[in-house]
Amino acid sequence: MGASFGAISVAGGLPWWVPVVMSLLVFAGGAQFAATSVVLAGGSPVAAVAAGALLNTRLAPYGFTVASITGRNWWTRLAGAQLTTDESVAFALRETDEGQARRAFWTCGAILYAAWNVCVVLGVLAGTAIRNTAAFGLDATFPAVLLALALPTIRDQRTRIASGAGAAIAVALTPVLPAGLPVLTSLAGLPLLARAAPKRRNGGED
Amino acid sequence: MPLVAIIALAGITYAFRLAGPLLRDRVRLPKGADGLITAATAVLLVSLAATQALTQGHGFAGWARPAGVAVAGLLAARKAPFPVIVIAAAATAALLRLAGVS
Repeated sequence: MGASFGAISVAGGLPWWVPVVMSLLVFAGGAQFAATSVVLAGGSPVAAVAAGALLNTRLAPYGFTVASITGRNWWTRLAGAQLTTDESVAFALRETDEGQARRAFWTCGAILYAAWNVCVVLGVLAGTAIRNTAAFGLDATFPAVLLALALPTIRDQRTRIASGAGAAIAVALTPVLPAGLPVLTSLAGLPLLARAAPKRRNGGED
Repeated sequence: MPLVAIIALAGITYAFRLAGPLLRDRVRLPKGADGLITAATAVLLVSLAATQALTQGHGFAGWARPAGVAVAGLLAARKAPFPVIVIAAAATAALLRLAGVS
């Protein structure tokens, strides 16, 4: 995944240091794919940061979950925060014993950080060799990755409805809004979460 | 993408990550915040995928790209490994273009 991020970013026309620096500093796969894809689609940097930041709001509840694991030292808190990802939190939560959970979090986080950044660099090197991105179908890979990241987060009918509606709004507004903005309008699909809830009363859920 | 934008995204992301360890003794997340954030993540990711699969600039992207993304979606739903999903998306779009479908 890191390799594809690096390769697709530079093949899409970004300078080599953009995916590398972004991976070191941001270290959140989904947001990196999201922000980069907005820029490559012609969106403004502000829209790219907004899309990435909104995706990363999910890291805040993770932080509360692993707060007891990263300890009381200020420097373990600072380092632990940067290593807080979907994967490191999931590994920590699988353990019942606190010591085991701590070991799982730090091991997974550190390996992931190293592997992710090495893979991005390797991907960048591979990506610079590719000249004709359309002929290789590389333009299909970014949306494919985003879809693959989205599917595990869609756990119920209501989220499915809200996502479908949000996507429809965003696509419909793409011809008229500046690039990058339509995606943010998709959040208008969120109120459907509440609207769709009472459906259960009719037993009409499939 | 300017360096300032990367640093801004990194700073915001780090603030989200650090909020829990710093504030957990004083603040509690409201009930339901978790579910709402997960749903918002899903909505954003699906919409990003949809707009990028279907549109190029302000117009339609052609059939090859959405076809590649659709194949990737099917593979992802069947829990295929990540590299397989990415390569299948690119290969589908590339082969369709080779066959003259744009």
